[in-house]
Amino acid sequence: MGAAAKVEVPCTCPPPELERVPLVQNNRSIGWISNAVAGVAEGKTPKWWWPAFVVSFTMMCLCFAMIAYLMSTGVGVWGLGHPVMWGWAIVNFVWWIGIGHAGTLISAILFLLRQRWRTAVNRAAEAMTIFAVMCAGIFPVIHVGRVWLAWWLFPIPNANSIWPQFRSPLMWDVFAVSTYFTVSLLFWYMGLIPDLAVMRDRATTKLRKFAYGLFSLGWTGSNRHWSNYEKAYLILAGLSTPLVLSVHSIVSLDFSVSQLPGWHTTIFPPYFVAGAIFSGFGMVLTLLIPIRKICGLEDIITQRHVDLMCKVTLATGSIVGYAYGMEVFIAWYSGNPYERYAFWNRAFGPYWWAYWIMISCNVLLPQLFWFKKIRHNLVVVWVLSILVNVGMWFERFVIVITTLAREFLPANWGYYTPTWVDICTYLGTFGLFFTFFLLFMRFLPIIAIAEVKGVTPQADPHHPLGGAKLGGHH
Amino acid sequence: MSESVAKPYGVIAEFENPAETMHAAEQVREAGFSRWDVFTPYPVHGMDQAMGIKNSKVGWFSFLGGVTGYTTGMLMIWFMNAFDYRIPVGGKPYFSPFSAFPPSYELTILFGAFGALLGMLFLNRLPRLHHPLLKHKRFALATHDRFFVVIETDDPQYRPDATRQLLESLGSKRIELVEE
Repeated sequence: MGAAAKVEVPCTCPPPELERVPLVQNNRSIGWISNAVAGVAEGKTPKWWWPAFVVSFTMMCLCFAMIAYLMSTGVGVWGLGHPVMWGWAIVNFVWWIGIGHAGTLISAILFLLRQRWRTAVNRAAEAMTIFAVMCAGIFPVIHVGRVWLAWWLFPIPNANSIWPQFRSPLMWDVFAVSTYFTVSLLFWYMGLIPDLAVMRDRATTKLRKFAYGLFSLGWTGSNRHWSNYEKAYLILAGLSTPLVLSVHSIVSLDFSVSQLPGWHTTIFPPYFVAGAIFSGFGMVLTLLIPIRKICGLEDIITQRHVDLMCKVTLATGSIVGYAYGMEVFIAWYSGNPYERYAFWNRAFGPYWWAYWIMISCNVLLPQLFWFKKIRHNLVVVWVLSILVNVGMWFERFVIVITTLAREFLPANWGYYTPTWVDICTYLGTFGLFFTFFLLFMRFLPIIAIAEVKGVTPQADPHHPLGGAKLGGHH
Repeated sequence: MSESVAKPYGVIAEFENPAETMHAAEQVREAGFSRWDVFTPYPVHGMDQAMGIKNSKVGWFSFLGGVTGYTTGMLMIWFMNAFDYRIPVGGKPYFSPFSAFPPSYELTILFGAFGALLGMLFLNRLPRLHHPLLKHKRFALATHDRFFVVIETDDPQYRPDATRQLLESLGSKRIELVEE
């Protein structure tokens, strides 16, 4: 203290332009956070909820009806046929599973990187991951044709005592996707335990008290428990990080291990992972921009959060753009006429429109996020976030369809068009996704209450707002 | 030690902010208590050191899970494709650690994750459907915005009056007994 007196310090705090925007705005107390978040799932069912739920539920039924029609009739009801044997089913599978990746990125990788802003969005993003992986998981199962034999994918011997063979990336995919779903669910549930205890302690009816009490497993908030809990959370984050990178890498190996021009490239794993995170952040923005408004959570999911997510979208979108460019360059540089043709065909062949939708939505439009004005205009951000996912759907369409439709031999060429069953099944998965998401919003805390409390200055024992005395030890 | 009908579980002291709670935790630890705990709505940074809690052992459970997962994956694939029913595919070896790696890697993560979650629950002795504190009315605020220090009556250092005085001197304005 004495030494510091010699130097004149004009101000102890940083100047206003250097001060960070707080994560929770308006200096809310930690009790307010419980009230605001738990209140969303506690009060009367809001008016908008029922129409939204009925529409989603109807669409989900449409999905199941289409699957029943497919199973009872055969895959001929889809637009599949020689030479395009992988149609919308695989496009939709890769698309949905890619969307899931943002949830794990936010919950695991941003946790390891100590990005404290993640606390406001991780719960909803993890829920999105789980529901997206559920939608994704439907497609590989139903696309096998004889769905009742899908159990051949599991490591159990079939009727002739033959085991699945693990030299195929399709088997790796089974393990990657099922592990991804299970670990995401475990991570999500573990994060929910303290918040379910919040719901239990606030419950007013016996049924709610019982249900939340059961699923919160008797959580008390003991610091001895928190100590083990935080360690387990750190380990799960550490395990999920290589997991999320491996899942879409393995999905990409389904393509790149094959010999077909346009698929057989080593850039696929990182390029698929970047695209997955890109589309996932698009979906997080699409969901959270309306939710923060409807649920009155603008103080927790702030403009700064939207801003940061736009920047992640911009970064991953640029990586995707780089990958597109590199693909084209390598196709030219390889001197392989089939590779060269595959990429020329993508841009100027019969599916040129899909390619240019992909380029404009994934590479060009996200560049608008360089501008602060755009990032701060929520309507524009919301529209762009939807276009990101339109673009990413077309990316998978371009990859799957153009390559299959124009293989090595011109005798094997064809043109693929989906049928109404393809379209209705895909639309139906949105129903499945939103049905689950609406139920999640209605019954569970959509923001990690305990984690958001932990990032406020009131929660810091070394901050004056947390009760610390200036100049004292604590 | 003639006990009446309701033997108290412990004495519970309420605090309003994390700094006071942490200070209290340090003092309670200094006083040599062993059966006591701090209850907070979120994990308070630095509370482990204040309470003198050692590094959590969850990592070992996860590690064991991971090793089990990797071994299971490799052995399973070797058994299925190279031992029990060999299928020649494209001249590839029946078993190769490279093609067996991706599924084994996924199983490492899967079992490691189960190890972390179940290990955490085991170390915390959860799930627990009944706890004396959960019956205490005021304690519901432990998940809201209050902080509690609880010293159990089973602690050998526990003295009904002295312990209460200690907690009072640490700044708690609300000290109550919790029934078993």
